[in-house]
Amino acid sequence: MRDVYVIGCGMTKFGEIWESSFRDLFVEAGLKAIKDAGVDHLDSMYVGTMTSGLFIGQEHVGALMADYLGMAPIPAVRVESACCSGGLAVRMGFLDIASGNSDIVLAGGVEKMNDGADVTFALSTAADQEYECYHGVTFPGLYAMIARAHMHRYGTTRNQLAQVAVKNHFNGSMNPNAQFPRKVTLEQVKSSVLVADPLTVLDSSPVSDGGACVILASEEVAKKLQKPMIKIIGSGVATDSLALDQREDITALNAVKVSAERAFKMAGLKPSDIDLAEVHDCFTIAEICILEELGFAERGKGGLFTEQGHTALTGKIPINTSGGLKSKGHPVGATGAAQVVEIFEQLTGKSGERQIKNAKIGLAQNMGGSGASSVTHIFSLM
Amino acid sequence: MPSPRYRREMPQRYRLEAGKCKGCGKIFFPPRLICNKCGSQEFEQVVLPENGKIVTFTIIRVAPAQFEAEVPYAIAIVELENGVRITTQVVDCDPEKLDIGNEVKLVFRKIQKEGKTGILLYGYKAVLV
Ligand SMILES: [Zn+2]
Repeated sequence: MRDVYVIGCGMTKFGEIWESSFRDLFVEAGLKAIKDAGVDHLDSMYVGTMTSGLFIGQEHVGALMADYLGMAPIPAVRVESACCSGGLAVRMGFLDIASGNSDIVLAGGVEKMNDGADVTFALSTAADQEYECYHGVTFPGLYAMIARAHMHRYGTTRNQLAQVAVKNHFNGSMNPNAQFPRKVTLEQVKSSVLVADPLTVLDSSPVSDGGACVILASEEVAKKLQKPMIKIIGSGVATDSLALDQREDITALNAVKVSAERAFKMAGLKPSDIDLAEVHDCFTIAEICILEELGFAERGKGGLFTEQGHTALTGKIPINTSGGLKSKGHPVGATGAAQVVEIFEQLTGKSGERQIKNAKIGLAQNMGGSGASSVTHIFSLM
Repeated sequence: MPSPRYRREMPQRYRLEAGKCKGCGKIFFPPRLICNKCGSQEFEQVVLPENGKIVTFTIIRVAPAQFEAEVPYAIAIVELENGVRITTQVVDCDPEKLDIGNEVKLVFRKIQKEGKTGILLYGYKAVLV
């Protein structure tokens, strides 16, 4: 396999972007990434989107975006794995270059969630339609059941859940692309409207529009363009049952664990080697479980680890410096690519007020559904 | 929901029919064509017990359109007496008073209605015992 580098990135602001269409959002992010990388062509592209068919009635997204990006007739593939469609698009781009098939690839994601669709239903299609959704389960409901089981089994507290939101909103308050760049307090999180007990609206990531893209390149191209050398040193994907009730341990996210083990093995690294990470905090409980699966915190201690400040900007492993899905927003198909944008900017020293000093190695973990799919990438400044 | 799709799931929703692996004994609900534990493709049909305990639960306050009239309602993962877990609503109770470990029994109920003019859709729900 050939080495693969990230040489540029771009994203739109996340939020309720009434002025931009689905295709505009992707093209805006794509053009920014192409300009940032300084490339004059693409060999192929991968577009992550979870359910544009339900959100805006549009499928056949690969060709649509290649055309509107002015890149047709290059090969363009739409990638779908629920909320980790964007991360999986990056993975597919990585494989395309690693295999020697392409030298310059655009990988990104996009979602348009605020154009009037039944968002709760659209998101629930990532769960088991016949045996979860049929009974009225929602996505917040699935994570709420994980949260309650985690609290019951490990003693995770309401305050520890809320602390994830407080920390991520603090980080997001320094991110100009964030949907909700405002600080929140523990009390505000706990007393906001319940969505699915025990999770409130401030435990949940918002409904967002947005696009994010990265440009991947072979070593030869990256060197010729004299770009900062951000190498993808680890890449792992894993799957699990769609239905939460089919898993032996409801508090475990095995796909996250295995995707990370694969990425760590490829990189020859361990969790303590990572300087910062973007993880899939679609709900506060998700970040707590992921900390445990990635090996940053001990099993059952993700909440305590957060409460002790280890995941803050100044902690031993800053998590979600961008504000995460919580504060930055979660246009589901774009999220995985936006995580890579944050890691790229951190490793190249472009993160402004929220910059982690001397960051050399970053990790991005993106998850689909209630944890049935996960993509983990590890990046290194060479 | 097109009627062929609904009809296909009736043995599970109406009669709790599950598949027991002839290779290792693991019981699957819904039934599968291959066992994810031992790889066997031989199954015998079994019926799930109706009694079990709540493993975890939530109260849904924001629902998809077809369940909007029912909020707040409780959803639980229930572990049945043979160890099989299923996801179901818990009804005829004050959702605020539910707890992990509560004993429940599955009963036959209407689950949802298909649009404004469509068929009524049935299945199992749990009640406290
Ligand atoms: Zn078996």
